[in-house]
Amino acid sequence: MTETEIKNYTLNFGPQHPSAHGVLRLVLEMDGEVIDRADPHVGLLHRGTEKLIEYRTYLQSVPYFDRLDYVSPQNQEHAFALAVERLLGIEAPPRGQYLRVLYAEIGRILNHVFTVCAYAMDVGAMTPMLWGFEQRERLMEFCERVSGARMHMNYFRPGGVSLDMPPGLAEDIFAWTETFPKVVDDLEELLTENRIFKQRSVDIGAINAEQAMDWGFSGPNLRACGVAWDLRKAQPYDCYADLDFDIPVGKHGDCYDRYLVRMYELRESLKIIRQCLEKMPAGPVKVDDRKVAPPPRSEMKHSMEALIHHFKLYTEGYHVPAGETYTVVEAPKGEFGVYLIADGTNRAYRCKIRSPGFAHLQAMDFLTRGHMLADVVAVLGSLDIVFGEVDR
Amino acid sequence: MVDVALRDLGEYVQAALPDAVLNVALERDELCLVVERERIARVLKFLRDDVNCQFKQLMDVCGVDYPAREERFEVVYNLLSLTQNRRIRVKVSASEDTPVPTVVEVFSCANWWERETWDMFGIAFRNHPDLRRILSDYGFQGHPLRKDFPLTGYVEVRYDDEQKRVVYEPVKLPQDWRTFDFLSPWEGIQGELPGDEKAKDQPA
Repeated sequence: MTETEIKNYTLNFGPQHPSAHGVLRLVLEMDGEVIDRADPHVGLLHRGTEKLIEYRTYLQSVPYFDRLDYVSPQNQEHAFALAVERLLGIEAPPRGQYLRVLYAEIGRILNHVFTVCAYAMDVGAMTPMLWGFEQRERLMEFCERVSGARMHMNYFRPGGVSLDMPPGLAEDIFAWTETFPKVVDDLEELLTENRIFKQRSVDIGAINAEQAMDWGFSGPNLRACGVAWDLRKAQPYDCYADLDFDIPVGKHGDCYDRYLVRMYELRESLKIIRQCLEKMPAGPVKVDDRKVAPPPRSEMKHSMEALIHHFKLYTEGYHVPAGETYTVVEAPKGEFGVYLIADGTNRAYRCKIRSPGFAHLQAMDFLTRGHMLADVVAVLGSLDIVFGEVDR
Repeated sequence: MVDVALRDLGEYVQAALPDAVLNVALERDELCLVVERERIARVLKFLRDDVNCQFKQLMDVCGVDYPAREERFEVVYNLLSLTQNRRIRVKVSASEDTPVPTVVEVFSCANWWERETWDMFGIAFRNHPDLRRILSDYGFQGHPLRKDFPLTGYVEVRYDDEQKRVVYEPVKLPQDWRTFDFLSPWEGIQGELPGDEKAKDQPA
């Protein structure tokens, strides 16, 4: 028999590929169909958010956070609002906090529905995507009703939220929470015990707790390895301390466990939404400090002072005392942190955005080594990568 | 209560590594260590492995630019301990010509963050396994997050229909970049306002 020479070859995955979840160029060194090395090239969606924030007032910086992880924009805003509040030394009023948590959890459901369904599509199931996106549409309608925008809400502001809920919205959200468990059941029916789905995800891209910590994992990806760590419980912010919910954890840290953790979190988020609606206190939605939060429009019609405050806030903005903070929230993808350095002016001196996806994508090489080419798609889908936040 | 525990922790680290820790500060319940640049890997290893520290996770590495300082950059490491439920911030200073020792051997996830810091600030990391640019374009020049890098950058791209490819050109701004100085003149003006000098010449 003649000896045939087998050569390793390099394969370009992306930058335009439906399973790349955006613009990822993945350079794969292959040995046959087995991955020898994966080298993700990121930055194709780099927009210089951190640089732009240095040139904007604090209030003008909020919309940039929507555009990081565009699947769950609310949660990013939450981190920035908390960071600025921390430096200003203020706290949102109770109703503002409950509204923020309510919408942060809506953001989590938006994200997990998207991720689970997109992941299912990556491994070959078409239907969940169609069912899940209907629910996303319903949720984005709730976002639109409260803020005017379906996705990029610009709703969480330092000091509270921009507007109170319109009448009837709380009832409609509650009515939706009664229909949603059925949808989760349907999705689970399609996927959880599905033979093909399990063959594509069980024991694929497994990582243990120690390795996951070494790679800076957080959120559902870390919990899938069995680490019961959730910032909403461990370092509660806003009103999370008053709410009752559980932290689902996985066991094996593989794609299947990551999927299961997200499915359970959907139900937990639903629990939180219901509690928020039930416990929602009355009162103002933003701090009663005209140096930070703008006056209501009606007041501006007759009060000169209110007019001046409004003008000053939307031109100069407020000055944040010098200092620095690393403030985090449990975003649906993991720990989303804002490292904010203020120098006493109306603009941030430096705003570093710690996005969970950046750390997760970094582990691609580790997770896919020795797997087949088709598993790359499964691992990528299960890690929940969105390039808006990876590339910033 | 948290305050006290964190302050104790800061003192503990300083006592354990007296030659490496230059300063310990506690601000807004956040503990921050300033560390000797050459010993950063040792400090992070200590923070990770010591029983009382247990900072098993490196959450973030980033650079900060202070052009006025002698060593203009700061590299900031944010660590998290899951068991102790605490965070700590470690800083080192650096300049363009003084590379920072890499911490990739201590935390694997530092790899990309150090690459990002190199890309954005031009802070080199010594012994880094793969110090390429990460976020900016292939063949990009300059370090965009430095304070002396203009917001608009130097080059812009467009698709050239004649050459059938993307071309790079110097940035053309049809309208000047508008920077509004919103800092209040009422608080900001130091010294005399224009015209005030006339008042002195007039006889009382």
